[in-house]
Amino acid sequence: MDEDQKEQGEIAEAIINEFCMTICTVNGSGSGTANNLLYRALFRMGIPTSGKNVFPSNIKGLPTWFVIRSSAKGYLGRVPYDDIIVAMNSTTFLEDLTYLPEGGVLFYADHIKLPESIRQDIACYPMPIKTLMKETEVPRNLKDFMENILYVGIVGEVLGITREALREAVDLQFVGKPEVAKSNYDMIMRGYDWASANLEKKDRYFVRQMPPLADYILTDGNNAGALGSLFGGMQFCSWYPITPASSMVESAIAQVSKLRKDPVTGKNTCVILQVEDELAALGAAIGAGWAGLRSMTSTSGPGLSLMTENVGLAYFTETPVVIWDVQRVGPSTGLPTRTAQGDLSMVYNLGHGDTSHMILIPGSVNECFEFGWKAFDLADKYQTPIFVLSDLDLGMNQWITRKFEYPNRPIDRGKLLWEEGLENVSPDWGRYKDLDGDGIPYRTVMGNQNPRSAYFARGTGHDVYGNYSEEPKNWADMLSRIGRKLGCCVKDLPKPVIRKGKEARIGIIGMGSTDPALIEAQDLLSEAGIEVDYMRVRSIPVDTMEREFIASHERCYVLELNRDGQLCEILKLEVSEYSQKLIHISDIGGLPMTAIWARDNIMAHEKERYGKTN
Amino acid sequence: MEKPTETRVERNLVGLTPADYKGKPSTLCPGCGHNTISNQVQAAVFELGLLPEQVIKVSGIGCSSKSPNYFLQRSFGFNGLHGRMPTIATGASFADTRVKVLGFSGDGDTASIGLGHFKHIVRRNVPMVYVIENNGVYGLTKGQFSATSDLGLVLKHQGKNMLPPLDLCMEALISGATFVARAFSGDIKQMKELFKAAIVHKGMAVIDVISPCVTFNNKDTALQSYTWGREHELPIQDITFVPGKDEILLGDFEPGTVQEVRLHDGSAILLKKIDRDYDPTDQSNALDLLTESYKNHYFATGLIYINASKPTIHDLYDLPEEALNRLTPERLRPSTALLDEINSSLY
Repeated sequence: MDEDQKEQGEIAEAIINEFCMTICTVNGSGSGTANNLLYRALFRMGIPTSGKNVFPSNIKGLPTWFVIRSSAKGYLGRVPYDDIIVAMNSTTFLEDLTYLPEGGVLFYADHIKLPESIRQDIACYPMPIKTLMKETEVPRNLKDFMENILYVGIVGEVLGITREALREAVDLQFVGKPEVAKSNYDMIMRGYDWASANLEKKDRYFVRQMPPLADYILTDGNNAGALGSLFGGMQFCSWYPITPASSMVESAIAQVSKLRKDPVTGKNTCVILQVEDELAALGAAIGAGWAGLRSMTSTSGPGLSLMTENVGLAYFTETPVVIWDVQRVGPSTGLPTRTAQGDLSMVYNLGHGDTSHMILIPGSVNECFEFGWKAFDLADKYQTPIFVLSDLDLGMNQWITRKFEYPNRPIDRGKLLWEEGLENVSPDWGRYKDLDGDGIPYRTVMGNQNPRSAYFARGTGHDVYGNYSEEPKNWADMLSRIGRKLGCCVKDLPKPVIRKGKEARIGIIGMGSTDPALIEAQDLLSEAGIEVDYMRVRSIPVDTMEREFIASHERCYVLELNRDGQLCEILKLEVSEYSQKLIHISDIGGLPMTAIWARDNIMAHEKERYGKTN
Repeated sequence: MEKPTETRVERNLVGLTPADYKGKPSTLCPGCGHNTISNQVQAAVFELGLLPEQVIKVSGIGCSSKSPNYFLQRSFGFNGLHGRMPTIATGASFADTRVKVLGFSGDGDTASIGLGHFKHIVRRNVPMVYVIENNGVYGLTKGQFSATSDLGLVLKHQGKNMLPPLDLCMEALISGATFVARAFSGDIKQMKELFKAAIVHKGMAVIDVISPCVTFNNKDTALQSYTWGREHELPIQDITFVPGKDEILLGDFEPGTVQEVRLHDGSAILLKKIDRDYDPTDQSNALDLLTESYKNHYFATGLIYINASKPTIHDLYDLPEEALNRLTPERLRPSTALLDEINSSLY
């Protein structure tokens, strides 16, 4: 029996690789790196892990929390309590403690003054951060940062994270900077060695090596969306900074020069341009899209509100453009650093007059990559704005996800004609003429030297040749054809993902970032005796699979992060014959959904409506 | 015996006739200053020997922004949103940097709702011609004050304008425009030469054209009226555009009376002194001129400022020479090896 096993045996009910740990720090203290190292090390030990940053809309000084969920079972949603707390922030210390249930673990910087009587039902580990710092030479400007690095070592040792995993995490974090990597690793090991010599294991949480997660990577949805876009052939991206969307374009900026050098000339094939506001961001993207570039912008709710008039313009001029909405909490400025799914209804019909849009809703980091490149094909094919609805939780938090898969089909520019192509279509070609009967016209772009190629795009009424027209029939025909085009798109949109329960008569429906919580909720409900099937909607408008799912269940709970049940309302309209079966449950606190919340709410409804008590 | 003169259709360098540069019949009011602008843009592009396919037209909303429909029918055009022309122009300009971008806007578009975009596209130095068809009034919504309406202007349904006008040339200049000019719809020769120079100029060329609205703002006492313009226009130089292929014969002029400004392609702008020494390559000179003409209520027309060497926004991106919008899909998708590398870096 080795030391670890002995130790483990002595502690009742050892819990292996299943815990939620919150690190409580001060915003701007550089704790981000330390937290990254911790969860990366856990991931490298083969343990499914997610990392959520619960941060204030502030640069320096306010409390911030980083929540790591490790789960051998693979559950990666948020949990509403903490098993382990790492307390580095004295101002929030007492409140942070209330999240620890009995049997919880507290690591605390020992300069934090403890209350006279501390709870006896938790395991406490003091960390002599200041003392250890004094014994080490650290440049003054790195002091806060290195204090945080110390806890990585102490916590890592007590939990049983291996030195090797920490080393790998450090090397990845500081790739190309061996000296920085060394100083960080040395600091971690100071904490590690101190803990090994001075702390006696007295809690029940253990980290143990699992088989490597070789098919997985660890990253955030914004990075994935940026990469997906770059692999999708994005040629132009105009944007305006807004939380939580900025990091998507920043990821693209960081990688564009490496990924998008023209193989023929070695020149850049993608332009990323920060402009003066969101109106300009979408305006420029529309200009580029109209001119034949694969173009996009990324924003969040307030930015999208500003872009609205431009969305209508792109819709009515039939200009391909991709718009990412990394949702945050609204209305108004709302909670800029918290997550929500409150833009769905707005986006679906964004714009005045008759408008309706295709929406892709990724539910994992991997899907952010996949929908990133697919969105461009859809935009080109249907010549319309394509929306991708992500959110802060998916976009900015860290998730394990399957490796990105190379696009399985070539870039499709749709019905885009150059000089020769134009000669081969009907001599009666018009930019807005439906020659194929599918509602999708052929388009030409600037630079085409064929004297017949030019047309005048306009947001005003026009005939099939793009000429200004106020004729009622022209207007009606134009708008109807655009409607028809959108009516055909569902076959090309991502189908919902269905996770079956055992002979379930109840369905649960969700979208996007709530996926991990709802998967876990499905299992929790099953443990509680309620079998449910779970469907994750991945695009709007919905198609037959969604309809059949609803039809085949007695009732369906639609769980979402907005007040009025926006997905539920859309389903009620589109699957109106079964609208009575749909029940919405809302979670609007601004934090990611938890499985326990979902389970409890569904059980409460079941009890209230159907008298089910188990 | 003299031979009867043949009626010959005029052809330009690329073998096209003026008819190839025409647009749809104008639906603006007869006598509208904007129609003069349309005609001169059309003539300038024709005379430069540019194919209509080498030009695009973008505009916002308003009478001015309708005008691109009335010339260069063989050029792609985009009539977008009120005040947002510069945004469309910015994006489109990257698709094929060999294509000339001509933007058309009015004083409502540029001085009010789109002032921010105007200043920023100028700051970005997007290579294009930015024409402001400035009549000091909202025409299409039937006669409201604009931000370039003169202080004290009285309009039928509006009463008296209590606010001073913006000078868009000054706004352009202080935002870093590399070509700033003012023209007047009553002076077509100068306007055409300015258009030619602006089209060839590599960088943001802003031309504020005082272009009277005959319906809502053409009283003789109104700042932007034909009568006022004729009486208060003061050309700062006699301007001639000389295309690159033509030899410049400075010997034709008296020494010291002509300034020559070379453009990137070898063409030149010849500026003949009228009654003052004026150097348009000096920014503070230009600011002084605009300040003085604003204060003394006259229009200094001509080339107010030029900097022919500042890098454009396109120069800041190392783009291929061929059009970006013609790159084949294979050139736009990174390799599988690069994706493998990314995957390993995220493990």
